[in-house]
Amino acid sequence: MSKIKPRGKVPKKAAMDEIIEIKTLIRHPMHSGRMKDKDGKNIPKRIINKFLVKFNGKQVFGMDLEPSISTNPYIAFPFKAKESGTFDFEWNDDNGDKYTMSRKMDVS
Amino acid sequence: MKHQKMKIISRRNILYLIGGVASSALFTKFAIAKPNLALKRIKEISKSKFEEVDLFLDVPEIAENGNQVKVSFDIDSPMTKDEFVKTVYLLADGNPAPNVAKFSFTTDMGACSATTRMRLSKTQNVYLLAEYNNGKFAMTKSKVKVTIGGCGG
Repeated sequence: MSKIKPRGKVPKKAAMDEIIEIKTLIRHPMHSGRMKDKDGKNIPKRIINKFLVKFNGKQVFGMDLEPSISTNPYIAFPFKAKESGTFDFEWNDDNGDKYTMSRKMDVS
Repeated sequence: MKHQKMKIISRRNILYLIGGVASSALFTKFAIAKPNLALKRIKEISKSKFEEVDLFLDVPEIAENGNQVKVSFDIDSPMTKDEFVKTVYLLADGNPAPNVAKFSFTTDMGACSATTRMRLSKTQNVYLLAEYNNGKFAMTKSKVKVTIGGCGG
């Protein structure tokens, strides 16, 4: 199985009050619990069930994912730049794992 | 006399029988037609207090591969403390489970939009339900034709 790897695209610089777009992608199989492997056995359900975004420690965006979300979940959302700071992204796996990523942004 | 009475009863019985057959046929038809789980869920979330308005829900008209269907939405809202969209639900009525995703928005975002990719098992309707901070709900739907289904199995 491929390694789970989060990726994100946040503009490094933004103007004051500019609405930027943040794009994230995580490599994850998102087993819905309905698919079968080569031997015809059911692959147990294992998905990313929660995605959280914090900016300077404050939660700004959240998303609850269900099995109907595709493999390698791609999530894009807007953000209004008001101050420089750090984004903390967090993906929660069904098996209890957490994948995190941080990105910095400068606002001028 | 007795004989005639018997006849009447039997005729009535036949009527009952016909009625029974017709109603059971109706019931089986009802059982085959799956109830719309997505609409049921929307009514559960909003307590049936939703308005059907034209929100911007962008899904392809025809999806060749149901495994990766791009969905994006854009809801016109000032996103200020007095007026903002709190939660957005994405639902589908033809998938094994109606829930697809739930987005939690805050005023820091400045706009209410998002993009993701979803699975669609067959041709179906995709629903978008938005909850505003004042407790109002708005709903829109869009039909997607799916060539190859994408839910496995």
